Amino acid sequence: MQGIMESIQTLCSGDHGNEGFMQDDEDEEEENGVGRLTSWAELLGFGLAVFSEAIAPQLQCFCDRTLGFAVGQGGSREAWIKAVAMAMSLVRKAVKKGWVGALAPAARVMSQALSTASEPITLDIPVPFKAHKVETPSVTVETSAQELTNFFKTMFIMRRMEIAADSLYKSKFIRGFCHLYDGQEAVCVGMEAALNDKDCIITAYRDHCTHLGRGGSVLEVFAELMGRKDGCSLGKGGSMHMYNKKGGFYGGNGIVGAQTPLGAGLAFAQKYLKVEGVTLAMYGDGAANQGQLFEAMNISALWNLPVIYVCENNHYGMGTAEWRSAKSPEYYKRGDYIPGLKVDGMDCLAVKQAVKYAKEYALQNGPMVLEMDTYRYHGHSMSDPGSTYRTRDEISGVRQERDPIERIRKLLLSNNIATVAELKTMEKEAKKEVEDALSKAKESPSPDSDELFTHVYRKGYGAKAYGADRKEVVVKLP
Amino acid sequence: MVRRRFSFGLVSRLSSPIYGRSPCSGGIWTPCLGQKRSFMTAKDLVESEEPEKKVTNRINMFSAINQALHTVLDSDPKSYVFGEDVGFGGVFRCTTALRDKFGRHRVFNTPLCEQAIVGFGIGLASMGNRAIAEIQFADYIFPALDQIVNEAAKYRYRSGNLFNCGGLTVRAPYGAVGHGGHYHSQSPEAFFCHVPGIKVVIPRSPSQAKGLLLASIRDPNPVVFFEPKWLYRLAVEEVPVDDYTLPLSSAEVMRKGSDITLVGWGAQLAIMEEACDEVSKLGISCELIDLRTLIPWDKELVEDSVNKTGRLLAPVTGGFGAEIAASITNSCFLRLQAPVSRVCGLDTPFPLVFEPFYMPTKNKIVDAIKASVNF
Repeated sequence: MQGIMESIQTLCSGDHGNEGFMQDDEDEEEENGVGRLTSWAELLGFGLAVFSEAIAPQLQCFCDRTLGFAVGQGGSREAWIKAVAMAMSLVRKAVKKGWVGALAPAARVMSQALSTASEPITLDIPVPFKAHKVETPSVTVETSAQELTNFFKTMFIMRRMEIAADSLYKSKFIRGFCHLYDGQEAVCVGMEAALNDKDCIITAYRDHCTHLGRGGSVLEVFAELMGRKDGCSLGKGGSMHMYNKKGGFYGGNGIVGAQTPLGAGLAFAQKYLKVEGVTLAMYGDGAANQGQLFEAMNISALWNLPVIYVCENNHYGMGTAEWRSAKSPEYYKRGDYIPGLKVDGMDCLAVKQAVKYAKEYALQNGPMVLEMDTYRYHGHSMSDPGSTYRTRDEISGVRQERDPIERIRKLLLSNNIATVAELKTMEKEAKKEVEDALSKAKESPSPDSDELFTHVYRKGYGAKAYGADRKEVVVKLP
Repeated sequence: MVRRRFSFGLVSRLSSPIYGRSPCSGGIWTPCLGQKRSFMTAKDLVESEEPEKKVTNRINMFSAINQALHTVLDSDPKSYVFGEDVGFGGVFRCTTALRDKFGRHRVFNTPLCEQAIVGFGIGLASMGNRAIAEIQFADYIFPALDQIVNEAAKYRYRSGNLFNCGGLTVRAPYGAVGHGGHYHSQSPEAFFCHVPGIKVVIPRSPSQAKGLLLASIRDPNPVVFFEPKWLYRLAVEEVPVDDYTLPLSSAEVMRKGSDITLVGWGAQLAIMEEACDEVSKLGISCELIDLRTLIPWDKELVEDSVNKTGRLLAPVTGGFGAEIAASITNSCFLRLQAPVSRVCGLDTPFPLVFEPFYMPTKNKIVDAIKASVNF
């Protein structure tokens, strides 16, 4: 049902690319293909096809076969036939463009959507889990065509967004610090598939895509990056401080490792209020050596808090490789008395499975550590070229073999969920969405200068801020 | 600008309970508790003391600091440089080529753990080594605050001089750069300025940075050395190539004046100089003092200057201006012709896009000078 609504939406918006019964040669057909019809039989088939597209999806297959049969015959009175066919194709175009609303064609998509959207597909995760003091979850994961398509779309949008942020930074629209997440999209997308809005996420500064996953919009992210009013933190936070209250996303934290004890606190609140949700406290391989992480792990294990510590191991803490900074780079075992799992972080389905498993565990038994084996293509931040401490071959090797978006693409194609052309369409849509958001964000104004003084303290508590000369009260803090 | 050149030589290990001996004292070091010092006041400024012609190089601040570190590691085999990412040269290139020249056992990276970096440095120093710890940004120094305040500062005192960690120097880039945001722009020097037992040193230029860093490392007290990151590349100067130290706890008069005294440190001095130039067109003559060492600070020099001019302005942010203001008001009360004023950042967290409004800019300083002079 959702598939049909999506298709209708897509069509009514005008972007639908190469759908239709003459799939790949759509445009050619408009010019040349119609001329191929040289017999009444063909014309009849053509007419029936148009009719079927406009009216009934179920006639699609029948008309395909009819047309196929008709084309096999020869014919005459070509010019006349061509003219009629041209008229009919015009009608079809009009209908196709969605002017008749809900009867818009692209029956193929609709029928496909009907038949395969939520049917469960079982797939096996190629890279096995590694476990520490706990059983591994099953490598067989249940998913659906719709879920995989959503994975693809979301990750593609995230990828485009990060690349756009890269060029924005280079053209000085974004200043300050910008830490990009491309390559690691599978982690946040896979996580979201296993979570709901009762769960909380808190992460470090590489948070643009996590924000998106928790319900933020691309416009909010771009505006916040550029320090504009429409940003999620009103332009006052910047790249490293994105938050979403409704989505339970607690940021967005600059100091490495400082967010992990906060995560323990969030989990305590959830447990106390019986919310049936977990907190995912995310951190990186660099932060895994911070003392406060171990303090947080100790108290969450002591009090059985429903917190999942997610270590996004991209193997480099800024410029330092994991083997040079950690005695034990097996971060899933670092919890010691806390059980852990090592997950292939470039595989959405593995991440989804692991988080689902960890959520069930955490709600019953207390904390768990998940190590996501992932990789970032960009450097640590925009001032880091990313190639002084690792070879370009390594980066391109990972991109070729383990890229999360390519993996989902292969799954979609091999399971016949989507065709190459449909995927291209989705990519085009995603690009357009990102570009639209970008241009809108560029138009957004800077925050007012009064905002400098707001939100220092709670509103109305009468605190005063003194100005530069310390003599006069500049403003009573709002 | 007069530079006093002090050769290193043997530093006596005789020490008073808290502060130890400074290489710059000709006689007995006295803690800055009101006793008279015998050198370097505004009155004693002898302009005829020209330093002999030295070989200099035109370099920027991070290169000057790099040279200083090379010199230390060369001259003392028991000195070590460590911190996050110092191996490849550091994020600001201050430690380039050190590892190649001196080896991985003396120049090494640490994991991401500021508290442990400083704690480890304290331990290393208490065994008689020179431990030069780098904190990547001063904003990250707070996990190490406990170690600095409770361990490093009090070590000599609580052990009755049996042990000390005088060989510890903690280096951290501090200050605003224009786009740093909340966590790459803070000036936390004031948090350390109220802790007896450590010294806080801030240079304003490449030549000052090299001399002060060499002095800080060789000072037998733990020193926190803040480097203005804004000036790393921006400040370029002729810096002597040889080994030289500048005296700690000795402020420097950058320009003489008669109407108002301005006290500052670090990158802010560049802004203050611009402000002084602007008001000199209005006929106001400003005396500009670079404090250089924040604790123990050269109170004498500032007092003498204020006794001459009658007005004081401290356009520096972070909070230490309050200590200067209180001290001077106390000692020069009858001489003051206008209240001591400060020009600081605003009472908000360091903002992201609002940084130009937040900073104590040249115009704000000019306004304050005018207000003080016309009081």
